[in-house]
Amino acid sequence: MIEGISIQLILTFTTLLFFIGLYGFLTRTNLIGMLISLELMLNSEAVNFVAFNQYLYPGKLQGSIFSLFIIALAAAETALALAIILQVFKMTGSTDVKEVKDLKY
Amino acid sequence: MSDYSWVIWIPVLPLASFLLLGLFNRYFRKEPIAAYIGMLSLGIAWVLSLYTAYQYYFVSGIQNGKYIPYLPFRWEWLQFSDHLSIELGTLIDPVSVMMLVVVTTISFMVQIYSRGYMHGDSGFARFYAYLSLFSFSMLSLVLANNLFQIYIFWELVGVSSFLLIGYYFEKPSAIAASKKAFIVTRFADFFFLTGILLIGYFAGTFDIETLNSMQTLKWIGAHPGPVFMGLSAVTWALILIFIGGAGKSAMFPLHIWLPDAMEGPTPVSALIHAATMVVAGVFLVARLFPLYYFTGDGFTLRIVAVVGAFSALFAAVIALTQEDIKRVLAYSTMSQIGYMMMALGVSGYEGHEGMGYMAGMFHLFTHAMFKALLFLAAGIIIHAVHSNYMKDMGGLKKYLPVTHWMFLFAALAISGIPPFAGFYSKDEILHAAFKYNTIIWFTGFFVAGLTAFYMFRLFFRIFYNGERTYEHPPKENSKFMLFPVVFLGILTISAGWIFTPFSLYVSPTREPFSYEVHYFSPLVLGSVLVALTGIGLAYLMYYKPTDYPSRVARAFGKLYFWAKNKFYVDEFYLFVTKKIIFDKIARPFAWFDRHVVDGMMNAIGNTTLWISEKIKFIQSGRMQEYGMYFIYGVVFLVMVYYFFNF
Amino acid sequence: MDILTLFVIVPALTVGILLFTKNLRQARLTALAGMLIQTAMAFHLLWRYWQERSAGNDAVMLFTKDKLWFPTWGIHYHIGVDGISVLMIMLTSLIVVAGIFVSWKIDDLPKEFFISLIMLATGVFGFFISLDLFTMFVFYEIAVIPMYLLIGIWGSGPREYAAMKLTLMLMGASALLLVAILGIYFHSSPDGHYTFNILEIAKNAAIPPAMQKIFFPLAFIGFGTIGALFPFHTWSPDGHASAPTAVSMLHAGVLMKLGGYGIFRVVMYLMPQGTLFWTDFFLVLAVIGVVYGAYSAIRQTDLKYINAYSSVSHLGLVLFGLLMLNKTAWNGAMLQSLSHGFITALFFALIGMIYGRTHTRDVTRMRGILRIIPFIATAYIIAGMANLGLPGFSGFVAEMNIFVGGFLNNDLFKQTMTVLAASSIVVTAVYILRVVGMMIYGKPKEEYRGIPQAQWYEKTAIYILIFFISAIGMIPSFWIKFIEPGVENFLKPFLH
Repeated sequence: MIEGISIQLILTFTTLLFFIGLYGFLTRTNLIGMLISLELMLNSEAVNFVAFNQYLYPGKLQGSIFSLFIIALAAAETALALAIILQVFKMTGSTDVKEVKDLKY
Repeated sequence: MSDYSWVIWIPVLPLASFLLLGLFNRYFRKEPIAAYIGMLSLGIAWVLSLYTAYQYYFVSGIQNGKYIPYLPFRWEWLQFSDHLSIELGTLIDPVSVMMLVVVTTISFMVQIYSRGYMHGDSGFARFYAYLSLFSFSMLSLVLANNLFQIYIFWELVGVSSFLLIGYYFEKPSAIAASKKAFIVTRFADFFFLTGILLIGYFAGTFDIETLNSMQTLKWIGAHPGPVFMGLSAVTWALILIFIGGAGKSAMFPLHIWLPDAMEGPTPVSALIHAATMVVAGVFLVARLFPLYYFTGDGFTLRIVAVVGAFSALFAAVIALTQEDIKRVLAYSTMSQIGYMMMALGVSGYEGHEGMGYMAGMFHLFTHAMFKALLFLAAGIIIHAVHSNYMKDMGGLKKYLPVTHWMFLFAALAISGIPPFAGFYSKDEILHAAFKYNTIIWFTGFFVAGLTAFYMFRLFFRIFYNGERTYEHPPKENSKFMLFPVVFLGILTISAGWIFTPFSLYVSPTREPFSYEVHYFSPLVLGSVLVALTGIGLAYLMYYKPTDYPSRVARAFGKLYFWAKNKFYVDEFYLFVTKKIIFDKIARPFAWFDRHVVDGMMNAIGNTTLWISEKIKFIQSGRMQEYGMYFIYGVVFLVMVYYFFNF
Repeated sequence: MDILTLFVIVPALTVGILLFTKNLRQARLTALAGMLIQTAMAFHLLWRYWQERSAGNDAVMLFTKDKLWFPTWGIHYHIGVDGISVLMIMLTSLIVVAGIFVSWKIDDLPKEFFISLIMLATGVFGFFISLDLFTMFVFYEIAVIPMYLLIGIWGSGPREYAAMKLTLMLMGASALLLVAILGIYFHSSPDGHYTFNILEIAKNAAIPPAMQKIFFPLAFIGFGTIGALFPFHTWSPDGHASAPTAVSMLHAGVLMKLGGYGIFRVVMYLMPQGTLFWTDFFLVLAVIGVVYGAYSAIRQTDLKYINAYSSVSHLGLVLFGLLMLNKTAWNGAMLQSLSHGFITALFFALIGMIYGRTHTRDVTRMRGILRIIPFIATAYIIAGMANLGLPGFSGFVAEMNIFVGGFLNNDLFKQTMTVLAASSIVVTAVYILRVVGMMIYGKPKEEYRGIPQAQWYEKTAIYILIFFISAIGMIPSFWIKFIEPGVENFLKPFLH
């Protein structure tokens, strides 16, 4: 609970963050960019969870624990995705998602 | 002993010979063995037939003044329903016994003859196998006791004829002729089959004895079936059956295959296309004669008479102009079969009324002998001069003396000069026709003159007509070929008066009766005179090389030209088959199949492909696009929810 | 193990063993051994069947066995045979054996070829013994799928196109069929105990006539497509033309018979009112097929196309006979199935042999092969004569039964149709003799010097087929004794 900052403000912020992430995810063709956008969305959710926990159910811990999960998941996902992206870059010389279609046909 | 159980061996022996020669063809490369197997089987069959005839006509056939039918063998081969079935059997009655004698005699003689004629041919065993197959089928046909049995062997004689015409299978004309013969007769057989089906449905049986029995005839008279174009169903059936017979017997307009069939080896022409198979149509009408006579007041018989008379005239006119000796004989065969048909057509039923029937059968009998003789003699001539055409012949009397005399006898016989065989039968036909209808009689009478003329045209041009020198002097050097000719020659001289009155043997009611030949009645004198006139004209024109023939031809102008081109019947058929059936029916059908029916299927396939081609971009495989669609969807749903407030 | 299941087990085992074979020699011997066992079993079954019937067993189906394999929907493995299935099994096993002999020298992927071939046969055998609609349908699909591989891989010409077309059309047909089967299933019983069992459905006779009228055409077209019903026949000419010899044989000889058999066994038996309602319509289609197939064959120049259209014409007669709804015509239809199976297999075998020697199937480019390969050419003439219905061969008895049966109907329309269908015998003669005249007769071409004579394995195949063609043609009553009880049982729904 932070004094002077209402939950609406936080939610507005996270919503903005989420849609910025979504927009980035849908429009970016660079794999790294897409990954960053994905992270933005995930983090906005994590903030949401913590905010709901603190403002609505202050005596409980579930929200915080979920956000911890999300952080761990995001870390694992980033590691995996970066590994894939590196391999893709090695094979195709580019990180553009439009170039990566060898598996499609 | 008169159970006639031996009769079954008459067709079975040639069958055995066929199977032996056909299946083990390669073991019979040596000529004489194949020939002797064929001759032996047919020889035994011939003796058995003669014995059967003796037994039947003179010993045990007549009971209570009437020939009774025997059925020594029957086998229900295929049952269709409770009443209808195909039986294979051997029906012994006056007609079938007579046919047995004719078929085995000619077959046996031709088998002997072929030993000489086919000497040195590479397919010798094959030839004998086909001949045996033919004899088997023909003998089974004449012994048939069931309409369907006739049909079965009808097809089989057709196929043996096809195989034998196409025997020289490397010759394009022989191939074409064999195809033509088979397809034309097959076309007629389709009508025959339809007729059989109709009879089966409306008379309820295929059994010949039952069909001809008074009981069935009365039943049919009372229940003639639905009427179509003024004729009852059974009458139609009989007309259709007659069309089948006309196809096999080369009646106008289904005769076109017969002249071409002369492409086969000459013994085949003698056996199949002169003496036996081509008279199958006559035999068929004779077989069902009571049915023909009593159904629809004998309407069909009138058709038979008219078709017969017209074919006789038509063929005789064409025969006047042909140059190929075998073709002249072929048209002459057609003409003579026309006589037989005419005789059946004009015949009555009981007692002396049945003279026409008797005369038709008698003519069948004598014609088989002298026409086979003519063909076999023609074979000797062709063998000797290596040509079918009269222009390559002339003055052959010196080289082929025996053939000359035999040919003369046969020509006299066919012209109807007493005491040769043809006189006795032909005159009775004219008698019967005279009683029936003057126009028909006059046609027959006129044809008799034409017959005498073209036969002697042939005779003089082959054997006289000046002197000629030949590169290889023609000679009669094969005993195998001379023996049958002489044997048939003797029959040609004697068969007529020996077997007169023929009605003692064959009559419509199977009741023998007797008649006298009035040698000096005006009718007889008239027909002999017209024949002599024909011979005389032929003598004037062809005994020595003259320019009369070309002058006469010019005088007739168009008519001569048309006759020489066989009245363009062939061209008409070619037009119908090639231009109409092939081009106007079969080709559009094939096109329709490729493009419309198949096109429809392809169109279904192609449409599917096209749609998939158009919509496949939706599924691009890009997460981002899917995400977009997802978002659009969500936004859309939210808006729907918001505005309509479910 | 009961006697009928063995008919599926033995080919399945053969396929299993084939997986371990290493070369052509082993593969063909294994396949031959398996199929010879199958043939022996088929004749054993024929004999057992005869004994049972002689002993007075007049059940509709003999040697039945019933096992539930999918309880939720009541799907059974229910098998049993009557005389007709016994004959069909005999036909199939003989044709597979002949097909193996014809493929004796196949050099491209022999193991896989024989595996697919016998897979196909397994499906067919299973189809002929099953009495459960669903099981029957499964076996039908098993038979259709290997076809795609066989044509697509070992075929010639536009093989992918042909294989695709064939599979798609047959699949489309089976979709219709599936709808019809489900329709039958959901009306199979008056009290909600739905069943796929053919005999039970027939006994219940619970399908309302209105439903029969809807599902009959679906089922008829579903089975009719594989039986070359006009206008759903176009897969067959392309399919035959592209297929390898043994496959054409099996396909035209056996697979196309599933159509007539299915219509007889399922469609008409279960939906008699639907049959009566639709008879005239499908009769017209069948007659069009008969005449049209024959005319189309006249213009073809490819031997395989000629025989494919001839098959359309002759199988049209099977459907025609079935639609005549009487014993004689049905006997004829069944005989025609059998007879056409042998004749057309013989044809395709011979065409394969001729093609292997002259490297063309175009009749206009061949001449005089009678002089060069007399055995094969003579066999071709015999096959042609059998095809055009010469007495003494099987085609004649079958056709005559159909025509006489058709004419026994007291119905002018049907009689007229019979005459129309019978007119095809003339056209048949034309296209057969055309081939004989063009290809077999005549002076041989120069380039034919030195082409080999028929080998022993080819002769064996030819002898087997000709033997049965003449055996049916010479003693038809023997074969009809097998067919008749089945036909009588299946006619019962129409008698009252």
